[in-house]
Amino acid sequence: MSGARTKGGTHLGRVRGLGSAREGAGHWLTHRMTALGNILLFSWLAASLLTNDFSSYNAARSWVSEPLVALPLILLLVNVFWHFRIGLQVLIEDYVHGPLRIAALAALNFYVFGGAAFGIFAILRIVFTGTTGA
Amino acid sequence: MAGNRPISPHLGSYKWGPHMAVSILHRATGSALAIAGALILLWWLGAIAGGEASYQAFIETVWRAAPANGASVAALSPTNWIGRIILFGLTWAFFQHFFSGLRHLVLDTGAGYELKTNRLWATIVMIGAGLATVAVWLFILGRAIG
Repeated sequence: MSGARTKGGTHLGRVRGLGSAREGAGHWLTHRMTALGNILLFSWLAASLLTNDFSSYNAARSWVSEPLVALPLILLLVNVFWHFRIGLQVLIEDYVHGPLRIAALAALNFYVFGGAAFGIFAILRIVFTGTTGA
Repeated sequence: MAGNRPISPHLGSYKWGPHMAVSILHRATGSALAIAGALILLWWLGAIAGGEASYQAFIETVWRAAPANGASVAALSPTNWIGRIILFGLTWAFFQHFFSGLRHLVLDTGAGYELKTNRLWATIVMIGAGLATVAVWLFILGRAIG
């Protein structure tokens, strides 16, 4: 089937991964999946913030140090920054036009990956340096 | 020509109703949470990781200034007021986006598009978000006093 081969792969290969049937639906579904994750993780975080007194450093630090707090917090950051990325991408694609759109999408990627990495690194630093602090 | 084409969504073309308000608010509150909300959460985690001094600086900037010599409770500084107003706004944005998001998950199943039903649930989302915000802040401020 050499006739089906064109520059950049076969017709099927070029269609795969493009268009609303693949990428579009993928983002749409991931947005909903991360929304479901957010329901669980943010209900937990909101309840924790309201039932603990984090005005004291020791209380905040010992709370984050617990494995069963640090792990869901890391999951929360991954989940919510993923959700932010898709949501803000929709806004940029709706409201930002021309070359500025590419710049905005690049800035969005730097922001979400940088932000999630900063948060996860902070949690790991708290967990692995013990509860006494720096 | 290309510059005159309608852009999405067409805010000026439709008569405002609760369903339109709740949709716009979903985008606005989502952006606020993704930027202001995320930065405060990261600041909080970074301040804990940075040690006691950095955490005190965070609390004294955002929530309550250090008490002056002899005083048991400090007056709120200007940044404390700003911090609390932003946190109050983010609390409302959180509930508005949360409840509106639940509505969207129901709409995704194909349910709730009848005009009356749609209008009713859009209204319930907005009232619910307002009530939840007030309830949380009465709890927070009540705890601070009690």
